[in-house]
Amino acid sequence: MTALKNPAHRAWLVLIVATGITWYLGEVGAAGTSAIVAMLVIAFIKGRLVILDFMELRSAPLMWRLLLEGWLILVSSLILLAYWMSLK
Amino acid sequence: MTAITLPVAATSDKRLPGDLAIWFFILAEMLAFAVFFASYAFARAHDVELFNTYQRTLDRNAGALNTLLLITGSWFVVLAVQAAHRDDRPAISRNILLGFICGGGFLTVKVFEYAEKFGAGISLSTNTFYMFYISLTFFHFMHVILGMVILTVLWVQSRNGAYGSHNAHGLESGAAYWHMVDLLWIILFPLVYVMR
Repeated sequence: MTALKNPAHRAWLVLIVATGITWYLGEVGAAGTSAIVAMLVIAFIKGRLVILDFMELRSAPLMWRLLLEGWLILVSSLILLAYWMSLK
Repeated sequence: MTAITLPVAATSDKRLPGDLAIWFFILAEMLAFAVFFASYAFARAHDVELFNTYQRTLDRNAGALNTLLLITGSWFVVLAVQAAHRDDRPAISRNILLGFICGGGFLTVKVFEYAEKFGAGISLSTNTFYMFYISLTFFHFMHVILGMVILTVLWVQSRNGAYGSHNAHGLESGAAYWHMVDLLWIILFPLVYVMR
């Protein structure tokens, strides 16, 4: 499994599997709090892999990592808040 | 195996790939999309039933397929950057081209989706859900097109031997933009197509 030593290959594999999981949750009609949280967590992990392994910010100055990962946290929190409001 | 020792050496000194300016541009774009995503989510909170009803009319398979295309397109462009760092010139242009083809696949799938929706008489003014679906995905669609224009420039430059281990700056900047297009769709797909 020497191919998986390349972080880009690993990231690609995880991203493909994660997309499959989100698609599957849609197929089985998953809805409500746990489904929303699961999909947001998956999107967060995917986004983080793109930022760290595709954009190659893992070894970038901390400020840039924080700016992009912070964006991801901000967007997922706002979506979570809005969906939580909709469930009330 | 210099290819293995090089990235290890690179991690010791902190480095932002590409030009500083492209990262400011990327941040600005991402903030615009953050506003869009939040507007969608909060608008939905006011009319959950409408959003849930019309979300069912979207082609989830097409959305998932497009996610796979953008992820794979992004991956090819990472491989192009890695090829530049080890001075593998043919692999740079080949991988940029493969990334471009994935982008083309994305646009094709999206055009079929739009044709189906517009053919059914759906427009921006049909309802709030479709207003968001069309404007959000179309705004993203334009970014995919710009990303492909950038990839074309990178491909031409790489064919002229512009990139290598000592000059990967331009390639890294264009690549960063292409990954942003992927990153945005990774949020957009579950938000608009799946979450309910």
